[in-house]
Amino acid sequence: MPGISPLSFALLLEQLLNGLQLGVMLFLMAAGLTLIFGVMGVINLAHGALYMIGAFACAAVAAATGSYWLGLAAALTAAAAAGALIEATILRRLYGRDHLEQVLATFALILIISEGTRWIFGGFPLFLDVPPLLQGAAPLPGGGAYPIYRLAIIGVGAAAALGLHLLISRTRLGMRIRAGESDREMIGALGVEIGRLYTLVFALGAALAGLAGGMIGALQSVQVGMGEPMLILAFVVIVIGGIGSIWGALVGAVLVGVVDTMGRFLLPKAFALAYPPSEASAMGAAVASLLIYLLMAVILALRPQGLFGAPSR
Amino acid sequence: MKSLISASPREAAANLAILALLILGPWAALSAGHPFYVTLATKAAILALAATGLHLALGLGGLVSFGHAAFFGLGGYAAGILATHAGSGEALIFGWAGSREILLMICAAMGLALLAALPIGAISLRTSGVYFLMITLAFAQMIYYFALSWPAYGGDDGLSFRRGIFPGLNSARPLPFFWICLGALLIGLAIFQILRASRFGTALEATRQNPQRVEALGIEPFGLRLTAFALSAMMVGAAGALFANLNRFASPSMLSWQMSGELIMLILLGGRGRLLGPTAGALLFVAMEHVLGGWTERWQFFLGLAVLGVAVFARGGFLGLIAGGRRDG
Amino acid sequence: MADPALDIRDLRKSFGALRATDGVTLDLRPGEIHALIGPNGAGKSTLIAQIAGGLRPDSGSVRLFGRDVTALGAPARARLGLARSFQISSLAGEFSALRNVMLAIQARAGSSFRFLRPTQGDRRLTEPAMAALARVGLADRAAVPAALLSHGERRRLELALALAMEPKLFLLDEPMAGLGAEGSRELTGFLSELRREAPILLVEHDMDAVFALADRISVLEAGRVIASGSPAEIRADAGARRAYLGDSS
Repeated sequence: MPGISPLSFALLLEQLLNGLQLGVMLFLMAAGLTLIFGVMGVINLAHGALYMIGAFACAAVAAATGSYWLGLAAALTAAAAAGALIEATILRRLYGRDHLEQVLATFALILIISEGTRWIFGGFPLFLDVPPLLQGAAPLPGGGAYPIYRLAIIGVGAAAALGLHLLISRTRLGMRIRAGESDREMIGALGVEIGRLYTLVFALGAALAGLAGGMIGALQSVQVGMGEPMLILAFVVIVIGGIGSIWGALVGAVLVGVVDTMGRFLLPKAFALAYPPSEASAMGAAVASLLIYLLMAVILALRPQGLFGAPSR
Repeated sequence: MKSLISASPREAAANLAILALLILGPWAALSAGHPFYVTLATKAAILALAATGLHLALGLGGLVSFGHAAFFGLGGYAAGILATHAGSGEALIFGWAGSREILLMICAAMGLALLAALPIGAISLRTSGVYFLMITLAFAQMIYYFALSWPAYGGDDGLSFRRGIFPGLNSARPLPFFWICLGALLIGLAIFQILRASRFGTALEATRQNPQRVEALGIEPFGLRLTAFALSAMMVGAAGALFANLNRFASPSMLSWQMSGELIMLILLGGRGRLLGPTAGALLFVAMEHVLGGWTERWQFFLGLAVLGVAVFARGGFLGLIAGGRRDG
Repeated sequence: MADPALDIRDLRKSFGALRATDGVTLDLRPGEIHALIGPNGAGKSTLIAQIAGGLRPDSGSVRLFGRDVTALGAPARARLGLARSFQISSLAGEFSALRNVMLAIQARAGSSFRFLRPTQGDRRLTEPAMAALARVGLADRAAVPAALLSHGERRRLELALALAMEPKLFLLDEPMAGLGAEGSRELTGFLSELRREAPILLVEHDMDAVFALADRISVLEAGRVIASGSPAEIRADAGARRAYLGDSS
């Protein structure tokens, strides 16, 4: 970009942080998906619905109690409970079966959960306020300011990544998860109660999605159907990062978040150098919407197993 | 027709009942003064064609694409764009101002679907299984967002147009248009059956059952799969063109992930691996939508429950329940 | 002297710290049966995968009929004339026995991109396929889906697929596995005839069969060939005895 003024530097930094914040959301989604796939071999299309459950639980409880924090706790609890319930009643019957049946079952769950939510909450979106503690903006180098709440989301994401890393590398549960990922029969041999492990892992993944959903409620309206676009972006993240890898999920999520946000910010400006403003913004937006998928295509062409995925033998 | 009969006697009976329902139902409904049912049957026939197209990739090749809405929607937009240009007289390409001929729209739809399917397939087929599903879904979403943000053809409003014309039939009326769609479905089913019985179909089905064995015999699965993916996309694209003509509207929702999921759902609801499985699924779906939808606004909730039941308990789908036993190879 | 049918030089493959194939060199000459034996975990499966093309070696080379095929995949090697059977029967389970063999015939003809004519009743496929089934004694089971055949029948169907390819080299991975004494004897007789059509690299646990059939035997242990020679030489080799006597079969 020719001649970056201090103001546009601040703007650039702000967009970068926005990208990071989107990346954190995507990481929370992708980490749960990839964990569940890694341990149980199940592709959970209803993961976006769990994100939505978290968002609705947070918004509804916060509205009823007046406390965002109670809402966030409710988001985690509700999503984890829904995840455990789904695992124990439905998915458990589908392990070892064709992926297609898992796909069909979890697609049906999307229909049930979406329509059920609409039934309970009606068709109107819910809104959630930023908690007083996190209101306001923090100054940025270069003269801008950035909402504290969004910074907090980035912090939560970093903490979640660290927590997951410690959980998997340092705890007994993590050992079992790793065993489950490398060899499903081995954890049976280790004498682990597989049923409980599976429910726990599923609930953990669901809680991460619920956490993301709960936090996003203060930035966007909470409505039915909000989960699936996030789910699909999380798929892009997983494809880029490599399935089954938490580290890949983190790198992929940040990459997708930043590329998508910066593309939407910069491309219309880039097109404006060559086209009249009205056309440039439309064209820029259209091309920007393709960017992360093109990124995915390029990475797939070079490394079909993703950046951090194990190459298939 | 041979396979309709060589299937188990009960499946053969179910197949004949399905075809009879599709062929005679709308005609009877119209005679009884319920033209609305003709439109329902038309919708079922078009969805059946689309699901049969996906069935080529998913049923024969085992390619679980969650992105076929892309081809369905592209087919719809191809029809809409041809019709729009024919309406305005504005040149579309090489000075050609589009057309209102449904047959041309279908050709354009298949061409556009093929153009999209080749690169998408070539990239996605480097992977398999769950990866393939996620990648096809992502590419379809890319096209969906592109259609939403590209203003030239309606953006998120979609594209309204007058239904196209067909030589010798007044396609603006429900029953003739239904015959067109039914004819397309029957051709689609014939193509499915011919392909399945051919050497190509044999090799393709073998790659689904045992890719390692197919490679050991000296056959590269990639070419077979890409061909199946492209043929499948073309049939789905043709269905999309008809669907847009039915509604007189090319909608971005035709490109949405829900549409991809519904196409998979139709196949599994009716019975995967059976010639008329997708058709049975489409009929069931349209009937449920109509009956449940008339009963409650929340019909999708109950649809979800029914589909969940099929996924967990009725692994062979509707035709599997009727025919009993496993589908034949 | 003609090129060996198969010529493997210094093949190496590691998975992490595990050296599954650690510098293997061996060859297969026209007309011979070369048996590869060794305890479970010796690296036989990894080696076979590298010969058949399912797995790329880290280093070393594989030559088929004088041609370097190290960089080629399994289908290309099959088209050059390598037919393999699988240790665990690997068939299209929904297809009938006949249709499985017909697939091998059409693969040999390179005609998998024909879209119109039905395979059923196509005599260019059915006749050679029935002939291959008859050779392994499965003619009366032609219509049965592969998944419903007995274990022994599936082993024989594996063989029929290899025969139908009319290969220039057979790579047979434990063809006797699970056949029982009677079946093994029958198959031993069959293989001693088969060597006249093409040389055989035979991976097998059944020592009676190996010593009855093999012209040469190589013993694999921990990814290395620890002994190679005629059956009599192998019988006398202390290291070879230790390697396979430790294995209960």
